[in-house]
Amino acid sequence: MDKSLDIELTVNGSRLRRRVAARTHLVDFLREELGLTGSHAGCEHGVCGACTLRVDGEIVRGCLMLAVQANGRRVDTIEGLSDSGEIARLQQAFHRHNALQCGFCTPGMVIAAQELVRQGRKASREEIRAHLSGNYCRCTGYQAIVDAVEEVVNGQG
Amino acid sequence: MGRAELPLHAPGTRTDRGYIGQSLPRPNTQRLLQGRGTYVDDLRFARLAHVVFYRSPYAHARVRRLDFAKARKAPGVVAVVDGRALAEYCTPWVAVLGHLKGIKSPPQHPIAIDRACWQGEAVAAVVAETRAQAEDAAALIEAEWEELPAVTDMEASLAGAQVIHPELGDNVCFSRALDTGGVDEAFAGAAVVVEESYHFGRHTGVCLEGRAILADYNPAEHTLTVHHATQAPHMMQDIFSRHLGIPEANVRVIAKDVGGSFGIKVHVYPDEMATAALSVMLRRPVKFFADRLESFATDIHAREHRVKVRLACSKEGDILAFDLDDLTAIGPYSVYPRTSGIEGNQVVNLTGGPYRHQKYRARMNVVFTNKNVTCQYRAVGHPIAVALTEAIVDKAAAKLGIDPAQFRRRNLIPDDAYPYTFPSGIRFERLSHHQALDRLLSLMDYAALREEQKALRAKKVYRGIGLAAMIEVTNPSPAFYGVGGARISAQDGATLRFEPTGMVTVLCGVTEQGQGTDAIFGQIAASAVGVGIDKVRVITGDTGVTPYGGGTWASRGAGIGGEAVLLAGRALRASILEVAAKILNAAREELDIQSDSVVNLLTREPRLPLVELGRVAYFRPDTLPADFQSELTVTRHYTPRQYGFTFTNGIQASLVEVDPDTGFVRLLRHWCVEDCGTVINPMLVDEQIRGGVVQGIGAALYEECLYGPDGQLLNGNMADYLVPMSAEMPDIVCAHIETPTHQSQLGAKGAGEAGTAGAPGAVMNAINDALAPLGARVTAMPFTPERLLRALGRL
Repeated sequence: MDKSLDIELTVNGSRLRRRVAARTHLVDFLREELGLTGSHAGCEHGVCGACTLRVDGEIVRGCLMLAVQANGRRVDTIEGLSDSGEIARLQQAFHRHNALQCGFCTPGMVIAAQELVRQGRKASREEIRAHLSGNYCRCTGYQAIVDAVEEVVNGQG
Repeated sequence: MGRAELPLHAPGTRTDRGYIGQSLPRPNTQRLLQGRGTYVDDLRFARLAHVVFYRSPYAHARVRRLDFAKARKAPGVVAVVDGRALAEYCTPWVAVLGHLKGIKSPPQHPIAIDRACWQGEAVAAVVAETRAQAEDAAALIEAEWEELPAVTDMEASLAGAQVIHPELGDNVCFSRALDTGGVDEAFAGAAVVVEESYHFGRHTGVCLEGRAILADYNPAEHTLTVHHATQAPHMMQDIFSRHLGIPEANVRVIAKDVGGSFGIKVHVYPDEMATAALSVMLRRPVKFFADRLESFATDIHAREHRVKVRLACSKEGDILAFDLDDLTAIGPYSVYPRTSGIEGNQVVNLTGGPYRHQKYRARMNVVFTNKNVTCQYRAVGHPIAVALTEAIVDKAAAKLGIDPAQFRRRNLIPDDAYPYTFPSGIRFERLSHHQALDRLLSLMDYAALREEQKALRAKKVYRGIGLAAMIEVTNPSPAFYGVGGARISAQDGATLRFEPTGMVTVLCGVTEQGQGTDAIFGQIAASAVGVGIDKVRVITGDTGVTPYGGGTWASRGAGIGGEAVLLAGRALRASILEVAAKILNAAREELDIQSDSVVNLLTREPRLPLVELGRVAYFRPDTLPADFQSELTVTRHYTPRQYGFTFTNGIQASLVEVDPDTGFVRLLRHWCVEDCGTVINPMLVDEQIRGGVVQGIGAALYEECLYGPDGQLLNGNMADYLVPMSAEMPDIVCAHIETPTHQSQLGAKGAGEAGTAGAPGAVMNAINDALAPLGARVTAMPFTPERLLRALGRL
C-alpha cells in the first residue's frame, strides 16, 4: 500500500514530474498534490460524474483512474479549459440560463457537455439529455443545463 | 412618505421596482463555472489533520471492547479516541422542543459510548496526517461486539416488545392528536366515504458535496474557527459554543461555497461535533469530509411514513371531513436541535390544506427504530401531506364520477375567503388556489390532454394525468422553533455599507447554497438604494461579519433576509440623501437617487455622482458642517410576526405514460403554477421550482433507503440508490400568480420547497390515472416497476 512510483505528465499544458502512491486516484492527485480543486470528488465510485476530466482528449472519471495511469499523458481540468477559453461559450450559456446552483457538479457537467460540442453536430434535447445522463445534478432538475447546452451545440450561443 | 419608502406592491402606485422582477444571472456562478469556488474540502491549512470514523457494522450492539493498539502505531496517526475520551471535550445533547408536548429522546454524544444504535453510528475516531493514513489506521481497530435485538419495523416499534432506550419507557418519541369534533358525525352522514393507506419510502438528500467541516482551534486565543458546509452558521456558532465550552464570541462559523444542502446541512451531526472537539483536544485544525458511503449511512434520512386516511364527502361532491392516522419512524435519536418530531407534526398540520372542509381528526406517532436518524429534508412533511390528500381526493372524485379538476374547483378554499383559519389551527393570510387552478388548466390544455388520453387508451397506450394542489409553509416566525426553546433565529438582519467608490456592500445572515440568495440580495439592495446592480457586492455565510440570523431553511431566505436587505437599503438611501443635502446645500426632500447618482426628485436631473459623494463623505468630511456626521453603514432586521407562517399555494400536474408490460413510468411533461408572492428573479424562482420538482420525482419513482430486517442499509451507494438523471426527466413548465404578503414591504414568500412538496402527489395521481382502466392502483412510494407489475397482477 505504500508503493510509490515516479510519473511524468502534462497537466493543463504544463509538464510535471511527481512521485505518487500507486493507489492514489487521479482526482485526489490533482486536488491534493497539484491544488487543482476544481475537479470534485462526489462519489468516488464512478457514478456521479463530478470528477469528469479529459485525458488525452477523452473524458474520464477522475476517481476511476489512478494517477500512475496518467503517466506520459495529457490531463486537462476545468481550470485549464477555462484559461484556454475552450469552454467559454458553454460557461457563458450556463451562466445566462442559471444552469447551475451549488456548482459542485458543474465542472464535470461542463467538461461532459464540451465533449458533445466538440462532436460538431446538432443535437436534439433527448440526445443532450442522454449524453449528460452520467452526470448527476441534485439542484437544477437538468432543464436549464439542457437549455444551455442546446444553445451552444446548435450554434445559437 | 417619500418615493423610496413606498411599498413595492402598494396598491395603485407605480413605484419603480428597479431590478426586482428581472431574470438577472447570478454573479457568483462565474467562479463555480471555472472550478474556482471554495468548498470546505478546497481549503488548505498548515498542520491540518484529517479525521475518519470507525462506525458500527451493526444496527444495535454493545461495544464490549475497542482495541486501538495497532491503529495508534500506524503511520501518520495523531490520535485514536473513543466516545468516553471525547465526552471530556463536548457535552451531549437532547433534541426536544417545548412546544412539541411530551417529545422525548435520550442524550446523544458526538461518539457513541458503549452502545451503537444504528449501522453507521461512529464509535471511534482516527486522526492522522492524511486521510488515507487515517483510513488505513481505522481498518486496524479491533472491536468486540455483542449484538442486540434491532427494532427496524415501525409497527413493531410502536407495539414496544423491544424498547431501544429502556430509560424512556417505550419507543414513542412523540405523539400528537388533533380533533375539531364532529368528525364521526360527518362520516356517519356522508354520502361517500373513501379510505386508503399510503406508504412513503425513507429517502435522503444526496447532496453532491458530502458533509464537510474544518475546525481550527487556536489555544492561544481560545478561539474556534469552523469552516462548515452548513445552512445555519449562527445556529452552529451557538451550538459549538455551548457544547464545547467556548464563549460564543470566540466561535466563528464560515460557510463559503456549499455543494447542495436541501435541509441535510442544517442539523447537528455527531461526527461534525466530534471533529470540532478533536480540534480543541489536539490544538490544531482537523477536517472531516463525509465520503459517499458514510453520507448514505449518516446524512439524515426523511419520510418513512405509513398513513391511513379517510375522507367524507357529500353526494354533491363537497368534502366534509378528513380522518388521519400517521406513523413515522425516525431512527434511534431525535435530531438536534430541530427534533425529528417536526415532519410528522407538519403532516398533521397540512393534510387537507387546500380544501374548505371544517372537520378534521388526526393521530400521529413518531417512533424510534435502529436505523439511521431522520429529520427535516426539503419540504418537510409537505410531500406526504400533499400526496395523501391529493390521492384520497382523487379517489373520492372517481367514486362520485366527477372530473378531478372539477372536484378541486368545487372544494378549494375560495380566493376571497381570506384571512382563513384551517381546521388544524393554522392561518392563511391570502392564497390564490382558484387562480392557480385556472392558470394550470389553461397552461397544460387540460381538456385537450383528456381527449388525447381517451383516444390513446383505445390504442392501448396508457397515459395518466395527475393533479396536486398544495399549500406550503414559508417565512417561519419564532413559532417554528424559538417558542420551543431552540436557539434558532427567526429574525434576520442585513447590513449595507456605502463604500467611498459608490459601491454598496451587503452583509446578511441568510446563506447561499446555490439558491441564488446572493443574487437576489444584490437586486433588492441595488433597487432600494438606487445604484446599478454592478455596484453591489454581497457577503453571506460568516458569523464574524454578518448580522445575526437564522440562515437558510423553511423557504425563508427571500422573504425574511430579502426584507431585511430592502429595509436596510431604504435606510441607506435616506442616509446617503442626508449627506447629499449637505454637500449640495439642498433640501433632502428634493433629492433622490437613481443610476448611481443623486438626482432632483421631480426632474430626475443628475445633481451629484455617488462616487463624488463617497469621496467627500469619507475623505473630505471637513468640508461638511461641523455638527454633521455621515452614517453610511446601516443595519436593519426583520421578523415575521403577524402569522406563524406565511403560506404559499400552488398546483402541479404530471403527465405520464405507463408501460403495463414492464411497469416503467415515462414522465412526459410536468407543470407547476406557484404563488410565492413578489417574484424577485423569475428565472431563479423557476429554477428552484424545477430542481424541487425533480427531487419530488425522485421520491415518487426512484429513491429509497432500503434496510434489511437486521437494520443493514442495503443500497447505500450511488450505483444502487437511484437518483433522477437527465435522460429520464421531463421538461417542467412553470408559471406564477403573484399575491404578495402584506406582512412585509417586499411581499415575497418562499419558493424553494414548493416543487418537492407537490411533485410526488402529482406523479402518484398520474400513475394511478394511467392504471385506472387496467384496474390497478399503487400506494407505496417509490413506484418502482416491480410495484407497478405487482399491482397489475403480472408479478
